[in-house]
Order: sequence, then C-alpha cells, then structure tokens
Amino acid sequence: MALARIDLPHEARRGELVEVRIVIQHPMETGFRRAPQGERVPRNAIHSLVCRYSGTEVFRATLSTGIAANPFLRFFLRATQSGDLDFWWLDDDEVQGAAKTHLVVSS
Amino acid sequence: MRKYLILAALIACAAEAQNRSGLEFASEEIRRLQASDAENPGMLWVDQGAKLFAQKCASCHVSMKGVATRYPAVEDGRIVTLEAKVRHKQAFAYESDELLALTSYVAHQSRGMPMNTKISEKDVEKGKAAYYRRRGQMNLACAHCHEQNWGKHLGAETLSQGQPNGYPAYRLEWQKMGSLERRIRACMFGLHAELPPYGSDAMLELELFLVWRANGLPIETPAVRR
Repeated sequence: MALARIDLPHEARRGELVEVRIVIQHPMETGFRRAPQGERVPRNAIHSLVCRYSGTEVFRATLSTGIAANPFLRFFLRATQSGDLDFWWLDDDEVQGAAKTHLVVSS
Repeated sequence: MRKYLILAALIACAAEAQNRSGLEFASEEIRRLQASDAENPGMLWVDQGAKLFAQKCASCHVSMKGVATRYPAVEDGRIVTLEAKVRHKQAFAYESDELLALTSYVAHQSRGMPMNTKISEKDVEKGKAAYYRRRGQMNLACAHCHEQNWGKHLGAETLSQGQPNGYPAYRLEWQKMGSLERRIRACMFGLHAELPPYGSDAMLELELFLVWRANGLPIETPAVRR
C-alpha cells in the first residue's frame, strides 16, 4: 500500500514561499540485509520522485539506498495560482506511488 | 560549590524516583521528530489504521478516545492487550503493518491522556517477579538497567526507565512501527536471553507489570525512539 503524508499550508498569498513536506511509507531496502534464514533481501528503494504543481514540474529528487526507510523530503515552492500538487514516485520493483493535494492561492 | 549542587540535584532525583517517559532520555532531534505530525513517520501507520478502522471496525465502534489508557487489562483472570483485543476480531499477524496500524490508530486517539489501567498489585505479582529475575548470558534483570541505572550511559545510549507509554512506537533501529512486545524482546535479545513468544504468558505478565508501573504517564503513540 503506497501511503504518504503531505503537509503544506492550506492557503497562501500569490508570490509567497510555501514549505512542502512529504513522508512516504517505503522500506527503502538496501539489498545488503539478510532475512533470518540467511537469504538476501533484494534491494528495493524509491529511486525517483517528481512533484508537479498545476501540471508543471517544480521538484525532482533522485533517491538511493543511503536514505532511511519512510523517506522525508522538504522543499519550498513559490505560490503562483491555485492548483493541485501531484507527487509521483517509482521504486526498484517498478511500483509507482502517487499522492495529491491542493493549494489555494489568494491574490 | 557547583559540585555540591549537582550532588544535591542527583539525590533529589533519586529521592523522587518518579516515572519518566522515554522521551526525556531521547536526543533533541528525536524529540523534534516526535513532536511534528508532518515529520513523524509513525503517523503513516496511524493514517493506515484510520483507513482500516473505517473499513473493518466502524460499523460497531465510533470513537476510541481513552480506550488505550485502560490496556492491557485483566479480563476474567486473563491478561488482554490492545493487540489481543484487535486480533480477537481481525486475525492479523503479530507485528504486521495492519495490526500495528490499528493499535497505533486506537492509541493515538488517547495521545496526551494519562495511562489509567485498573490493575491491582496482586495482578502484577508474576510480572514483577520476572522484572527482578536475572536472565540470559548477561545475567541481568530488567531492574538492573531500568531501575537502578536509568539516566546513566550504556555505550552511547542513555538508559531509560523502560516506560511503555510511547508504544506502539516508531523505532529508528527498526525503521518502522513496533509493539511493546517487540521492544521487550529487543531487550531480551541484548541480554542473550530466551525470547518469550508474542502473546505468551511470560510476555503478557511482564507487559502488565510495566504498564501498571507507568500509570499516570501520558500516552505518546506514535512515539519516536532510537
């Protein structure tokens, strides 16, 4: 189950800087761990994440196994117009995840 | 002068011997992580629990506020934990994400409320004996670290009082949520002792004693611990 929590202010004024925070539930397996019976746990980490704001890409991250499980990302964004923030990510198992939220911008 | 002040403070500390949450022994970063719902990774399980609750439990239950303060309880002479209560209705495996999500969701609704279990001193006799019994190749009892030496260091770690009020909690070592039973097993593993199985009498008795001892501490689920 792809689960994520996005945190940002519900409303912003045009031109204001908005802090966006996201936590994604993911094991971020390094591929180096072994299960109790000795077999290797295959690597499975989120490797790319994209955030689109009203359809335009505003943030992109490349992640790897050096990042702890349930990765937390934070970035700033300039509010221009009311619109959706669409997050999309992909892991080594080719499993996609997505999360969405809305930002209301007043002039 | 300063030396005496510190000494006086230490004596005062020992004299009070009051219950202290594991949070007080955690680093600044961990405390900040726990305090912010936007950053606390345990909230992912609480969210998942809310969804599961809506699907599986909401036809009978509405609010679970305050429920977690009363568990584990003794019902008809048997020790019943929150996990057992959920498993009675939904057969989720111990430490599965689903079970942790539901228990975290229920416990989260009591966040900030003091633990208030109605257990008598007689109920916890066995657990208390287990708490003071030496075990494992290390030949240590729970009390040696968590009662006699809390606040001191074991390697890089600060020994806590081993209070259960934050569980289910997100442990950085586990990289996920885990129950109080898993945390107790982690201590036993460190002692090179036999690990009591999940839901076994030995485990439940110890758990009951810990909770009885912690009465009054606020519930912190989802707490963050090292």
